[in-house]
Amino acid sequence: MSDVADRVKKIVVEHLGVEEDKVTENASFIDDLGADSLDTVELVMAFEEEFGCEIPDDAAEKILTVKDAIDFIEKANS
Amino acid sequence: MRRVVVTGIGAVTPLASGAQNTWQKLLAGQSGIKNIDTFDVSDIPAKIAGLVPRGQGDGLFNAEDHVSVKDMKKMDDFIVYGIAAADQALADSGWKPETDEDQENTGVLIGSGIGGLPKISEATELVNNGKTRRVSPFFIPSCLINLVSGQVSIKHGLKGPNHAVVTACSTGAHAIGDASRMIMLGDADVMVAGGAEAAVCRLGMAGFAAARALSTGYNDTPTEASRPWDEGRDGFVMGEGAGCVVLEEYEHAKARGARIYAEVGGYGMSGDAYHITAPAADGNGGFRSMRNALRNAGVNPEDVDYVNAHGTSTPLGDEIELGAVKRLFGDHSSKLSMSSTKSATGHLLGAAGAIEAVFSILAIYEGVVAPTLNLQNPSEACKGMDLVPLEAKQRKVNVALSNSFGFGGTNASLVFKGV
Repeated sequence: MSDVADRVKKIVVEHLGVEEDKVTENASFIDDLGADSLDTVELVMAFEEEFGCEIPDDAAEKILTVKDAIDFIEKANS
Repeated sequence: MRRVVVTGIGAVTPLASGAQNTWQKLLAGQSGIKNIDTFDVSDIPAKIAGLVPRGQGDGLFNAEDHVSVKDMKKMDDFIVYGIAAADQALADSGWKPETDEDQENTGVLIGSGIGGLPKISEATELVNNGKTRRVSPFFIPSCLINLVSGQVSIKHGLKGPNHAVVTACSTGAHAIGDASRMIMLGDADVMVAGGAEAAVCRLGMAGFAAARALSTGYNDTPTEASRPWDEGRDGFVMGEGAGCVVLEEYEHAKARGARIYAEVGGYGMSGDAYHITAPAADGNGGFRSMRNALRNAGVNPEDVDYVNAHGTSTPLGDEIELGAVKRLFGDHSSKLSMSSTKSATGHLLGAAGAIEAVFSILAIYEGVVAPTLNLQNPSEACKGMDLVPLEAKQRKVNVALSNSFGFGGTNASLVFKGV
């Protein structure tokens, strides 16, 4: 697993208060991890902070799963 | 009109978490006031406050007992305290509505004087430093005053009236009075009512200090700073916490065999129409508030055994309230007992009226009145009155009156009766 994936999962566990093993790459923040729309806004802010990147609103709307987040960040940082 | 009784109590105060834990410390003459060590007060003249004792163990406040770590960031401390006091009061009452009908007949009315000042202050700093995008999506709901009622309703599934009062230091009393009327008028059978406050932060301390409202002469001896009616008093001491009661329609409480602490006998209100922070010099606002409450309760002044005074320890306010009490009660003022529990807790602003209602209810239920700490040199005006100096006093209390007066000249008085 990549370093980015580890860090993303750690943030998800901390912010959503879910068990680590539930945070699989295909897990949906809202459907599988109990997030609401405000939680997802905060998650995106936490990713921005952690990875020093900016995630515009239209891109943030498409980040629905753990994998979406990892892919976006890896692309943004490459 | 339907009768309303108190069937549950909860309190998070500078003395302890828990109504009984707080009460025992209050009766033992302990103080919850200490030096502020949670933030920098070097440039603020008042350096002490009544702070909720945190930790794990009996009487200590552990936020995680009431709110998950995940949800904690969605609320400022006043909401956490309010949820905790409501949890305690509901557990104490044994009322756990599960059917649609019961849930729809149970409402919440918990107010706050100030709301989420610490979170407002943090978010302002982000915005002023160009970090607008770092403002949390939870910022607004974390500091809105009615979110105590909102959060409590969500946690416990209470679908009746959901309301909040904001009347500065009269908030807690107004909340309980208004909620009791909702039950009287049939809007609900049960109401969780009270007040919550957590404004002991740099912004709150600086603001009240600027208004010259706070004690500054006892920074080295914090437990002596709140001294209502004492010659040495020099301002109030900020406090934080929450108080809650479960109010219930009398027949509803009786039918389920609930413990009844006391009856909400009456409720009175008034406005000073005088000054934004100072009480009217002749005390007519407090006088009318008390008179209206007695009238509403259908009791005569001589029926009142105990007054839990607003008594904040300010040079001006304490004697004005005393004068109003003397005017209303006449000869009987030498027979009743009156104390200010702010001497031990500090002034919990929007939560004050709620915790003091709890203390008035317990005075009736247990037959003992809490002391006024630090009352060593009563001012001349106190002569002939029992202000319960220094030590608690056993005394049968059938009728208790609790006063709350707030900035803006807003006054509320509650009458509780033994059942």
